[in-house]
Amino acid sequence: MSTFGRLPVVLFRLAAFGSGLLTIAVFLLMLFLGWPLLSGGQFVHLIAEEWSPDRGLYGVFPMVIGSIAIALLALCFSLPISLGTSFVAATLAPRPLRRCLLAMVRFMAGIPTVVYGFVAVFLLVPFMREHLTGGSGLNILTASMILALLIAPTMIVFFVGGLGSVEKSFCLAVDGLGGTKVQKLLYLQLPQAWPAMVAGVVMGLGRAMGDTLISLMLAGNSVAVPHAAIDSGRTLTAHIALVIAADFSSMEFKSIFAAGMILYVFSSVVVVVLRLFTGMAMRPTG
Amino acid sequence: MRRLLEQGVAIFSWSGTLLLLTVLLVLLGYLGYRGAGAVDTGLIFGTIPPLDALLLRRQVFDGLFPAVAGTFALVLLAVGLAAPVGLAAGIYMAEYCRGRSRQVLGLFFDILAGLPSIVVGLAGFSLTIALHRLLPGSLGPCLLISALSLGFLILPYLIRSTQLALESLPPALRLSAPALGATKLQNIRYVLLPARLSAILGGIILATGRAAEDTAVIMLTGAVASAGLPRSLFEQFEALPFFIYYISSQYSDPDELQTGFGAAILLSAVCAVLLLGAFIIEQTLSRRLMR
Repeated sequence: MSTFGRLPVVLFRLAAFGSGLLTIAVFLLMLFLGWPLLSGGQFVHLIAEEWSPDRGLYGVFPMVIGSIAIALLALCFSLPISLGTSFVAATLAPRPLRRCLLAMVRFMAGIPTVVYGFVAVFLLVPFMREHLTGGSGLNILTASMILALLIAPTMIVFFVGGLGSVEKSFCLAVDGLGGTKVQKLLYLQLPQAWPAMVAGVVMGLGRAMGDTLISLMLAGNSVAVPHAAIDSGRTLTAHIALVIAADFSSMEFKSIFAAGMILYVFSSVVVVVLRLFTGMAMRPTG
Repeated sequence: MRRLLEQGVAIFSWSGTLLLLTVLLVLLGYLGYRGAGAVDTGLIFGTIPPLDALLLRRQVFDGLFPAVAGTFALVLLAVGLAAPVGLAAGIYMAEYCRGRSRQVLGLFFDILAGLPSIVVGLAGFSLTIALHRLLPGSLGPCLLISALSLGFLILPYLIRSTQLALESLPPALRLSAPALGATKLQNIRYVLLPARLSAILGGIILATGRAAEDTAVIMLTGAVASAGLPRSLFEQFEALPFFIYYISSQYSDPDELQTGFGAAILLSAVCAVLLLGAFIIEQTLSRRLMR
C-alpha cells in the first residue's frame, strides 16, 4: 500500500495512543507540581495530618474524611431508593410504565449538577436550618441528601441493565411455573445479577466521591475534621476548587495536587474493581 | 414468611420509586415556580433589542447574553477539538487495535472516563502553570485552556460511543464490501461509518450535553463572573453553569437571584433538548435496524 493510503490508519493510531498517553500525563503533571510537598516521604503525613496552616500543617486528612463521609452517607440514602426504583423499572411495573420510568431516569441524569445544587441552596438548606439541623443548614447531611439524588440515575441504570440481562429462557421458565413478578425478581434475577448490582454500587460511590459542585455548594467547607452528620465538612474536590485562588508558590497550594492524586488513584481503583465485576457478570454464573 | 418477604419487597420498591419521583417533582416544581417569571427575552438580552445584541451592535449588561455566548463558544470549541480525536481513536479501537494494547488502551479510557471533572480541571490548570514557567507571561487561564480541558473530559465518551457503534454492526454487513474487493479503509469509509452515522452522532450530542453542564472544569481554567462577550481564545470568559454557581453564593439583590433561577431553567432546558435529540436519533436508528 502507498504511503498516502496508510496515512489515515497512522492518524487513527496516533489519536488512540495519544489519548491513552494523556491519561498518564495528567497524573505525572500533578506529581511534578506537587513534588515539593511529597518529596522526603511526607506523603503519609500529608494524608494523616490536620489542616492548620498557622502551624505549618497542610494535611488533607479532614478532606479525606469529609469526602468519605459525604459519599457513604449519600450511598446509604440512595441505595434503597435506587434498588426499589430499579426493581420497579426492571420487572414489577407493566411494560409501558417501565419505559416511561427509564426515560425519566435518563432525564434525571441529564439535569446539570449545578442546577441540583442551586435549587437545594434555596429549598433544602433553609428547611434544614429551620427544622432539622440548625446552624447554617450547610452540612454533610444536606450535601449527601442531594448527592444521593445525583447518583441515583447512575445506579438505577446499572441495576436495571443487570436485572434485564438475565437469560430469557430462565425468565420464561419462572413465568411458566406460575411465579409472580416479585418471585421472579427475588429468586431468579437478583441472584443472577449480583455482580452487576455490586458494579452499580461501586460506580455510584465513585461518582459520589468525584462530585465537586454539590459538596462545594452545600457542605459548608469547614476545614475541621467532621464528627457528626450535621457538622460542616469539606471534600477533596471542594478543597481543590477553594484553594486554587490562593498563591501559586505556597505550600497550601501544593496540597491540592495531593488531593488531586488521591482522587485520581481512588477513581482508578473504582474502574479496576468495576472491570473485575463486569467481567464476572459476562461469564454465566452458577 | 416468604409471602411476607415478597410483599415487603413489592411495597419497598414502589415506595422507593414514589419517593424518587416526588423529590424530583418538588425540585423541578420549585425551580419552575421561582424561575418562571424570569424566562423571557429580557433574561438573555436585558433591555437591548435581541437583534442588536446578536449582531454585536450594542453590549448587553443586564442579561445572560455574555454567559450564553461564552457557553456556546466553549462547547463548540471543546466538541470541535475532541470529536475528530475521539472518532479517530474510536475507529482505531474498533477496527485495528487487537490483543494486549487493546486491553491496556481500554483500561486507560475507562480510567479517563472515571476521573472526577475537578481532576481534569486541575490538569488543565496545571498545564497553564507549566506553560507559565516555560514561557512566562504567555498564557493564563483562558477560553482555549478551558475548551482543551473540557474536550479532554468528554474524549473517553466519544471514543467509547464510536467504538461501541462500530462493534455492534452485524458481521454480514462488515464482510460484504471486503468480499467485493474493497480495502479495509474503503470499507470503513463507505460502509461501516455511514451505517452507524446516527449512533455516532447520538454519542457526540450526549458528549455535548456533558460539556455544556460541567462546572468544575471551567471554574479552574478560566470562567469568571464578569468578562463580557468572549472576544479571543486567550481571554477569560463567562459561562452559564459558572454563573449559576456564582449567583448561588454571591447574589446581591432579588433581581440577580431571579436571573439565577432563569439561568438554571435555561441550562436545564438546553441539556434536556440535547438529551432528547440524542434519544430521537437513537429511536429512528433502532426502528431502521428492525425493519
